[in-house]
Amino acid sequence: MMRFLLPLVVFVVLVGFLLVGLNLNPRQVPSPLIGKPAPEFQLQQLHESEKTLTSKDNLGKVWLLNVWASWCVACRDEHPLLVELANSGIVPVYGLNYKDERDDALQWLKQFGDPYAVTIVDPEGRTGINYGVYGVPETYVIDKNGVIRYKQIGPVTVEALETKILPLVKELQG
Amino acid sequence: MSPAFLFRSSRAGCGLGYSWLRNALVAATRVALLLALMLLLTPPGWTREAVPVAEDPEIEKRMLALSEDLRCLVCQNESLAGSRADFANDLRREIREQMKAEKSDQEIVDFLVARYGEFVLYRPPMKPTTLFLWFGPFLFLFGGAIVLVVYLRSRRKQIEEPALSEQQRKQAEALLEESKGNNA
Repeated sequence: MMRFLLPLVVFVVLVGFLLVGLNLNPRQVPSPLIGKPAPEFQLQQLHESEKTLTSKDNLGKVWLLNVWASWCVACRDEHPLLVELANSGIVPVYGLNYKDERDDALQWLKQFGDPYAVTIVDPEGRTGINYGVYGVPETYVIDKNGVIRYKQIGPVTVEALETKILPLVKELQG
Repeated sequence: MSPAFLFRSSRAGCGLGYSWLRNALVAATRVALLLALMLLLTPPGWTREAVPVAEDPEIEKRMLALSEDLRCLVCQNESLAGSRADFANDLRREIREQMKAEKSDQEIVDFLVARYGEFVLYRPPMKPTTLFLWFGPFLFLFGGAIVLVVYLRSRRKQIEEPALSEQQRKQAEALLEESKGNNA
């Protein structure tokens, strides 16, 4: 009996590990910045380049920071959702235009709609490095104290919005 | 190209009296051909190897050595040193700049870990959550060795022929005696 049972148990355990492994996404690297203060920045605005925005300007409110670029194809997937979210007025979305050309970015917003309260530009990706950006689009939820509470890697989906982002935003606004 | 190539024929033909002259001619022809070939293949003096982007070769060397051990998060099975992803380019630039600012390797690694997590490290640090990663293989090796020893021992027991009991031995002797008597 033992002769067959032992290999069977080993096999089942192995299959269990492989099944879990199959459902893990290696691209989802948990950010060490969650629960830490959002890295500071002072960046030029996209529309009015003479103006800047700093990370401290948003203290006291919950906001989303969406990293996007006109060259980023997946950004087009999430964009209608962001426009919808911005129209709902639940939470302001700020754009971080990552490693892009100003003209391309402006043209892109004209074409697909502009959900951003303000878009700031990071042409060399330095602020991106500080935020641990490695796969555009990425979206951060930042609380009233300027602490990063959540990071969405890849496009914002309806599911992520409904199950994670919006409940978290409500809780933080509460 | 070794000199042996040039003179192989002279050694092979050393038995013939006049062959040294022919061999010398052959060798000379080969040398001439070789020189011509080298001239053709050698690039002119004004072409050089691609110059690294960074102006300081010391820093470039240090940066490459450090980034060998760091993971590119875009192409996750590539190191930062080997990846051609734009992201890797940016991080290499960042490392270069920090090295110019006289940061130590450890400070730079800490900077990257603070932003990208320990996943960027190809050599994971030893700490409670990575103990199994470090020692798991030895655990499996040890477990395997135990299983092997136990199995081999139990098999030896099965193979070992049981010694004859006193009664069986007598029986066998009696049979042998009997057959001896029959043959005689």
